[in-house]
Amino acid sequence: MPWAEALIAAKTRKIDVGEGRVLSYAEALNEALRTAMEMDPKVFVFGQGVDDPAASFGVTRELQEKFGRERVFDVPLSEEAMTGVCVGSAMSGCRPVMTHNRPDFILLSMNQLVTHAAKIHYMDEGRTRVPMVIWAAIGRGWGSGAQHSQAVQGMLLGVPGLKIVMPSTPADAKGLLLAAIADDNPVLVFEHRWLMREQGVVPEGFYTVPIGKGVYRRRGADLTIAGTSHAIALALDAAEALACEGIDAEVIDLRSVKPLDEAILFESVEKTGKLLVVDTGWAMGGVCAEVACRVAEQRFDALRAPLRRIGLPDVPTPAGHTLEQLYYPNAETIAAQIRAMCA
Amino acid sequence: MRYVYEGQSFSRSEAGDLMPVQLVRLFRDMLRIRRVEEAVEARYHEDQMKTPIHLVIGQEAICVGACSALEHRDLVYAGHRTHGVYLAKGGDLPAMFSEFFCRKNGCAGSRGGSMHLIDQRVGMAGSSAICGGNVPIAAGMGLAAQLLGLERVSACFFGDGAAEEGVIWETLNFAALKRLPSIFVCENNFFSVFTPLFKRQPEGAELWKKAESFGVTAEVVDGTNVLAVHAAARRAVARARSGGGPSFIEARAYRWRGHGGAGDDNHKGYRDPAELTLWQQHCPVERYYEWLLEAGHIAASERESMEREIDAEIAAAYQHAEQSPNPTRADLDTHVYAETGA
Repeated sequence: MPWAEALIAAKTRKIDVGEGRVLSYAEALNEALRTAMEMDPKVFVFGQGVDDPAASFGVTRELQEKFGRERVFDVPLSEEAMTGVCVGSAMSGCRPVMTHNRPDFILLSMNQLVTHAAKIHYMDEGRTRVPMVIWAAIGRGWGSGAQHSQAVQGMLLGVPGLKIVMPSTPADAKGLLLAAIADDNPVLVFEHRWLMREQGVVPEGFYTVPIGKGVYRRRGADLTIAGTSHAIALALDAAEALACEGIDAEVIDLRSVKPLDEAILFESVEKTGKLLVVDTGWAMGGVCAEVACRVAEQRFDALRAPLRRIGLPDVPTPAGHTLEQLYYPNAETIAAQIRAMCA
Repeated sequence: MRYVYEGQSFSRSEAGDLMPVQLVRLFRDMLRIRRVEEAVEARYHEDQMKTPIHLVIGQEAICVGACSALEHRDLVYAGHRTHGVYLAKGGDLPAMFSEFFCRKNGCAGSRGGSMHLIDQRVGMAGSSAICGGNVPIAAGMGLAAQLLGLERVSACFFGDGAAEEGVIWETLNFAALKRLPSIFVCENNFFSVFTPLFKRQPEGAELWKKAESFGVTAEVVDGTNVLAVHAAARRAVARARSGGGPSFIEARAYRWRGHGGAGDDNHKGYRDPAELTLWQQHCPVERYYEWLLEAGHIAASERESMEREIDAEIAAAYQHAEQSPNPTRADLDTHVYAETGA
């Protein structure tokens, strides 16, 4: 069965059943789109397969039935042009949400995203706005391989004018997508395929999670783990496993990688003196590198151990199962790194 | 000679129902752009306009013919050859010169320069220095007009070089699919920088025919004939406003100057100087003037007073730019991000 690993992980992970209604991550995203479209007729959703039976992991399910073919539509396989269409519609009054099933396809649209969408507000001295959302779900496993599993947030991190959010829980997925749609800038929303079936309490109705604001997922005194998205799920598993060994790790879910919440990072590192950055993308030159660099530049005196990062190695994703297992970090590799840092 | 003029002389029928005053206006708009470009060229060596310019001399009939068919509410998105489109859409000459002089009050606040003129006040939605980059954006503006129920047409201008970018054809496919109220104006001037068309596209493969095969209504016009361009643009605008979908207009006119900068670069040997001489005999401004004169729509004295007015306008715009303040350190990093809701 495809993505059995993800399914097993989702079933075995504890559901954070506090007070309230439980939804899956994909259902929460679907609710975010419905809410935005109900509230604002200028919001529309388009992308490959948004009205097909798979409905982008269920994220776009029944949106077309509810909001019509004009506001929810499938598109030709033309990523660059469709991203340009997204930019143009955003510049003239709409709030488009463009979806990709994988971030790999965003690479076909870099000219529009990096050279146009991100720059136009600045180039018009603040007069023209480009309120658009580019949404994609990072793949992993089941042979996704070198071209269907790329997590490209690191490549886009250095582009002024873009915002990038990467939620890890259903509640944040809904709140950050609503915040992204409400934002007057181009916002990239990177979900993770393995989070789509995660369950969690999700508030009803409209709310937003602030872009650029991290949150503590676990309090601890010995070391700080910071990251986003699926890397947080692994970090939490590792932190729980280490608790019985007497290692008390703090886990910060940054939630946004651009802008970065430096305040929460610095606050935690000042307390623990140790930082491990985790990311779903390549460690080199990406989110891991940037987060670690900022802490090294600005809180060097607080550090009591060298910074460490766990992202992907500087290697393309292999497709075969054995190589895949060796390639990806997991809770055990994260735990091993923490043990070494706390030894 | 490879690229010879194949157009015809002006005919009364091309003028359609245009009133004499409108016919004269087309001339004045072209004359203004020509004199502005010559004035920019004349002072470019002073190095005060620190911006890469791409002069539209020889191609004035395309932007004037097309923009005169649009209304104020309609949007245009230019490529890198922006001056003519901006002025033809009603652009602000002092703001354009200020932009060239890198002043704070340039139409893009000195963040764009010549290649990135933008001015919401006149429907100049923007311009892109990446060939073809403007084209899907203009289509997106057509989509927004459709979704929001606005009676607005979007038009974009790009060259024969841009028409080699895949994004153009992706965009035409989508525009035809959605019947977008968008107009794609291809200014075929036969050159991409120093590279002639025949080195880039197979002989006989005509751009407008390719566009037509995408399901877009397409035609080719003499890009030195303002009446022909205007008539094609009016057909396209009427089609767009009535839900008839997108149009592609290939307008052929020769690039008189080099790709960028001031002056003629024929001495570099990339094209036959006889071509330029031939096309200069079919000057879009002068040939049209002769026709207007012959038809009795204009008098020589009228032209003289127009030239005086335009020259005074240019002098005033230069003075405005030179006396305007430079941006300051505080201007460098503002507006990277929009403040949401502000």
